[in-house]
Amino acid sequence: MIEIQHIHKKFGKLQVLNALDLSIQSGKITAIVGPNGSGKTTLIKCILGLATPDSGTITINNFNCLLNSEYRNDIGYMPQIARFPENLTALEVIEMLVDIRHSEEMYDNELIELLNLQKEMRKPLRTLSGGTRQKVSAVIAFLFQPNILIFDEPTAGLDPISSSRLKDKILKARQDGKTIIITSHIMSEIEELADEVVFLLDGKILFQESVVDILANTSESTLERAIAGRMANSMYVEHIS
Amino acid sequence: MRTIFKVFQYELRDVVRSKWVILYTLFYLLITDALFRFGSDTSRAMVSLMNIIILLIPLVSIIFGTMYFYNARDFVEMLLSQPIERKRLFIGLFSGLALPLSGGFVLGVCLPFAIHSGKIYDMSSFVMLLASGILLTFIFIALALFISTKTDDKVRGLGISLLVWLFCAVLYDGLIWLIIAYFGDYPLEKAMIGLTIANPVDLARIVIMLKFDIAALMGYTGAVFEKFFGSLVGITIAGSSLILWIVAPLFAGMKLFNKKDF
Amino acid sequence: MVYFIVNCICVLFCVSATFASEIFYVGKGENYTSIKSALSKATKGDRIILKKGNYQEGEIIIDKEIELIGEDSPKIDGNNTYQPITIKANNVTIKGITVVNSKRSYINDFAAVKAMNVRNLTINNCHFSNNYFAVYLSKCSNCTIKNNLIESSSESETTSGNGIHQWYCDSIDIQDNTIRGHRDGIYLEFSHHAFIRNNISEKNLRYGLHFMFSDSCTYIDNTFRNNGSGVAVMYTKHITMIHNKFEHNWGSASYGMLLKEIYDSYMQGNTFTENTVGIFAESCNRNLIKGNEFTRNGWAIKVYSSSSENSFVDNNFSGNSFNVSTNGTHNTNTFNGNYWSEYNGYDINHDGIGDVPFRPVRLFSLLIEKQPPALILLRSIFVDVMDIAERIMPSLTPETLIDNEPKMKPNK
Repeated sequence: MIEIQHIHKKFGKLQVLNALDLSIQSGKITAIVGPNGSGKTTLIKCILGLATPDSGTITINNFNCLLNSEYRNDIGYMPQIARFPENLTALEVIEMLVDIRHSEEMYDNELIELLNLQKEMRKPLRTLSGGTRQKVSAVIAFLFQPNILIFDEPTAGLDPISSSRLKDKILKARQDGKTIIITSHIMSEIEELADEVVFLLDGKILFQESVVDILANTSESTLERAIAGRMANSMYVEHIS
Repeated sequence: MRTIFKVFQYELRDVVRSKWVILYTLFYLLITDALFRFGSDTSRAMVSLMNIIILLIPLVSIIFGTMYFYNARDFVEMLLSQPIERKRLFIGLFSGLALPLSGGFVLGVCLPFAIHSGKIYDMSSFVMLLASGILLTFIFIALALFISTKTDDKVRGLGISLLVWLFCAVLYDGLIWLIIAYFGDYPLEKAMIGLTIANPVDLARIVIMLKFDIAALMGYTGAVFEKFFGSLVGITIAGSSLILWIVAPLFAGMKLFNKKDF
Repeated sequence: MVYFIVNCICVLFCVSATFASEIFYVGKGENYTSIKSALSKATKGDRIILKKGNYQEGEIIIDKEIELIGEDSPKIDGNNTYQPITIKANNVTIKGITVVNSKRSYINDFAAVKAMNVRNLTINNCHFSNNYFAVYLSKCSNCTIKNNLIESSSESETTSGNGIHQWYCDSIDIQDNTIRGHRDGIYLEFSHHAFIRNNISEKNLRYGLHFMFSDSCTYIDNTFRNNGSGVAVMYTKHITMIHNKFEHNWGSASYGMLLKEIYDSYMQGNTFTENTVGIFAESCNRNLIKGNEFTRNGWAIKVYSSSSENSFVDNNFSGNSFNVSTNGTHNTNTFNGNYWSEYNGYDINHDGIGDVPFRPVRLFSLLIEKQPPALILLRSIFVDVMDIAERIMPSLTPETLIDNEPKMKPNK
């Protein structure tokens, strides 16, 4: 259970997150959607501790994230753009993370094979293509078998085969009872993966509903249209109220 | 502590792999060797070495440091999503550069020294030279870390670093020049000591110069300086000043780093 | 032929009868046990041979033309209460003795050997130790002081006198002596035509060499090193100084050589090494300073603008913190054909002379003359930058203080 209470975040004059409250249920896939600049990535970075909210609290399983870094032992993260120490190879990065975490758990490196990465592991990361780096990033997210997985635009830049294998892996993780947060612009992907949808607009939550409900409450056949309609409706309501 | 060491270890590997530190070490190796080999006598070689230390260590440390810390952004961001405390990451980052750089300097100077050791009679001034070099490296890397944490724009950060160096190594002395020229009628010695202590480059320069007996050239002023820096109080104050120059930017940098958004 | 030989023997006999008619042996088991008793018997031309021993006889006054010769370094001790030897006769020779512990005084200049108003005194191969003054010559002429070791271990200037002291003397030869630990090593006042050669004067409290009003003296091959304040010479003209060494006179008020009101003198081939100031010249005129070496001094030359028409020619300046410093913009001294280690001009026609003039006065040294505390900026990058700027566009340094023919390589 991830609890986000009333967080604010400003970058300069820009209010990116504005009194945001959100709770993310365990064992489900929650998709965070919204237009560009709505605060999705910032929200994720706040959960990860990469950005610090100006005010408000974030708790994971009743543990305050802003006080300590230990909770990140239980998080796997795949960023939107993968950034690595350029002079190291993927294998060295993985070894380094294992070394730094000093973890005794079993490592999950199944994705190396699934994403066909074996040959790329010993090359310096700066020589790898953007897509390949994304794959390495995905491997790292799953590596320590964390209970919480966060994906920021996971399939952007991946070929269709890798993309579907990654999605399979995510669904499998859900079956294993992991809590998963995902952002994406591809509604079909969300429809395929997500249990819950959180819609973010201008740093606030416009709505949070399950995919089933969204589809049931509108007459639209696809999630994309349903959300678009839901969004227009909400904005109209907000406008007249 | 373990995390600091791990971060240090991996950064060290990266720094050494970048080959700059090796070049840096080689440079000191060649220069020092040449000074000992072709210089007419040791104390002369040491004074030349002092000039190089005063000029190059701050410049290389702050510029190379700033560049390195900007390039290490990726490393830092990746580690930040891991269960690592920011404070430890920060200390690891600092020592991961400060130690190999000062180590390179010490090695580069000491190796020729060991080879030509028969020529050296003044051990204490040599140690003083080394200590000043190490402290200046630490100070200017701490400043580089502060600047690169404070400013996200790499070009701007490098500009600021260059300005800081220019101020400490050159412009500050211009300021002293002006003060002396305008207020020369007053007894300035104490003010001069104060001004000197406030700037690590000047402090290192003068402390080493006093070691090399240049005080005799300085007449009364030299005598005042020698008396001050020869006293326990003077040494303590000078030492504290240098330590403060390391700790203050590190501490301020760490505060920024803890709150920084990546 | 026989007549000639007889004649010669006669002459020889007469000569020896005149100059060493008698020899007096002094020492344990000899005819005389004290110098004084031998002296009282001796007459003009006699020789007193002093055997090994320690002689404590108060004040010995030599008022006859005799030779006092020591064998195996006999010691004459003044017990810190007497002036051991006073010479009042001409043509006295003293050789091979050790004189120690003369009386010290703040009023009188007591010495190990004091000579007044005498001619042709010779002091050779003697050892002077722990005396107030060692050799004191007053109104003497044509004397020789040669191959002596003169040392003292005084701690303050007031309780120590000079090693070799001349006052109103003429034509004194001082050669091959080593003098250390006195107030001034060699001191001349109102003395002329002295010839001072191959002496070492070191570790004296004040000056290694000090003279005033002593014209037409010659100084060759001497070494002055580690003296409290180096060498100071004043109010004198027609000095010749050749091949002397001025080394490591290092201290806040030390000079290789301090010249004050020195006129028409010649200094050539001297070396000035590691002195705080190599040559300091104040109110000195028409001197020629040629072919000297200035190496690793704080200031090689400080020439105040009260000095005029001096020539600095063909000298070598290497590794000095400051080559030339002055206190004003007025300058009538010339610098020509010197080698400056900082010079980085070029020589297109390869005649060994740089095509760009060299300005030996740093802007920084002008500031220091006005504001001594500025010296803490020594070796600062800022100062180097200022100096380069001044060299490119001179505005504050004296315009005429310039070497128009700087050498590309050191003069030989």
